[in-house]
Amino acid sequence: MNPRLVLLLLAGLLVAVPLSLLAGRVWIDPFSPAAHNASIILMQLRLPRAVLALAVGAGLGAAGAAMQGFLRNPLADPGLFGIAPGAALGAVLSFWTGYAASPWLLPVFALAGACGAMTLLALIAGRSGGVALFTLAGLMVSSLAGALMSLAISLSPSPFAMTEIVTWTMGSLADRSWREVWIALPLTAAGIGVLMAAGRSLNALTLGEAAARSLGVEPFRLQALMIAGIGLTVGSGVAVAGIIGFVGLMVPHLVRPFTDHRPSSLIVPSALAGALLLLISDCLCRILPLAGGELRLGIALSLLGTPFFLHLLLKMRRELA
Amino acid sequence: MSLGVSNLVVKGRLDGVSLQCRRGLVTAICGPNGAGKSTLLSCMAGLLRPDMGDVLLGERPLSRCSTAQRAQWIGYLPQSPEVAWDVSVEVLVSIGRLPWKDAPAKEAQDAIDEAIAAMDLEALRHRPVSRLSGGERARALMARVLATRPGWVLADEPFANLDLAHAAALMRRFRQQTKAGRGVVLVLHDLATAMNHADQVLVIKNGKVEAEGPPEIALARDVIHRVWNCPARWLGDPGERALSLGQPSPFTLDSR
Repeated sequence: MNPRLVLLLLAGLLVAVPLSLLAGRVWIDPFSPAAHNASIILMQLRLPRAVLALAVGAGLGAAGAAMQGFLRNPLADPGLFGIAPGAALGAVLSFWTGYAASPWLLPVFALAGACGAMTLLALIAGRSGGVALFTLAGLMVSSLAGALMSLAISLSPSPFAMTEIVTWTMGSLADRSWREVWIALPLTAAGIGVLMAAGRSLNALTLGEAAARSLGVEPFRLQALMIAGIGLTVGSGVAVAGIIGFVGLMVPHLVRPFTDHRPSSLIVPSALAGALLLLISDCLCRILPLAGGELRLGIALSLLGTPFFLHLLLKMRRELA
Repeated sequence: MSLGVSNLVVKGRLDGVSLQCRRGLVTAICGPNGAGKSTLLSCMAGLLRPDMGDVLLGERPLSRCSTAQRAQWIGYLPQSPEVAWDVSVEVLVSIGRLPWKDAPAKEAQDAIDEAIAAMDLEALRHRPVSRLSGGERARALMARVLATRPGWVLADEPFANLDLAHAAALMRRFRQQTKAGRGVVLVLHDLATAMNHADQVLVIKNGKVEAEGPPEIALARDVIHRVWNCPARWLGDPGERALSLGQPSPFTLDSR
């Protein structure tokens, strides 16, 4: 791991977090007398939202880095490869069945959906599958989750539940409270810990599955770690914020040139950079003057991520030419 | 510790293969396409579990060794190895330390330096893999195997895609490893390389042993004719042999 990069990202977070607390519809000036209800805005709205952005961003960043290492595919992303849609399907089912009313059941459903999607992806593509096979398998898992989600929405028991589901799938951190923070934070931390434990095995996988196994990597153990780690990070993120795509794709690519390119060196910097990206993006969504309400974070990151994805595809095409 | 296989059976691929390899020697496994060479090497590396028979590391069946012990003893270089990320030579070589993850950092660095020096890669230590030539890349991948400091080095077609000079240089380095007390087992397509550089040769066809012994015996012209269905004769002196091939019979070629 590049300690300078980690320090730089930590310094970025140290600057960004206090600034993000000040920005919003009501700007808080730290040098002037306290605005009306400033402490309530800070403690009950902005701080939990900032902590949630850090937790969700860190989880998505780390999951993207680990997934790219595991699948040896620079285009791997929890959103594109069906993991986030799987988690969303789990969460939608909890809305649909009414279990979402219980505070702990929605995350349980989302985690189960994320782990299920990751298991399906690993089973279909195997570990020796090439980039094309994984991409197609990811597309299939993603399409399946999307279709089942649409089915659940179309069979929604009430228009209220349907609106709730559709709004939630757009991905946002608006109006979240400390309750969501206490759900996401420990699960994401545990997930990142699990992914870090898989780091050395992911490094060996750089040389292909046969070489990795000859170096003592146990494929089933690694697969279990990846399912648990990605399930925890992506599942908890989707449970509290809905689908926020492209963070797991963009962040490892932005960070990789500053590391030694080993998957293990990428997990912590990607977590920090993911946290920073989501915090800044959420802040911009909050302050953007948009008629009819706030720009949804999931939509904003998709608008940002699509040209980035296109840039990666063009780069790959140039390299193949 | 010796490495051997006894009556190895892998359904449809190996049919009762036995082989005893000794450290300090280069053992070559030869045979036509689809003979079961890579399957045999995978079994010896502990990557493929045979349906019957055993791989023995010393007196102990490999199946009873822990994954870590097996990885510490047997270094394996697969055919056309991939490198998914553009790591530097030093980072690539350091991946070979995984089986010794609890060893002190100093010991790990010494092993990495030693492997880099053995493959003459000091000048390329910080160069990304994408900027290496084919020969340099083959040496870097070999250095990764050596960084484990294994007792055995198993390589599947290590000279594929290498030109003559690079293949000869890599072969010299395999030989150096045997002088350092390691055992080397190579799957080889090129019979001249096996004839000139191996100490013992195993010839297999359709998963069965056809010949075994010193290269002059295991690769005698009648064996080549029988196994490859191709009339051939060796030219030159021992150690500098070249193979002169006749025309294979079209009927026998199809029946392989």
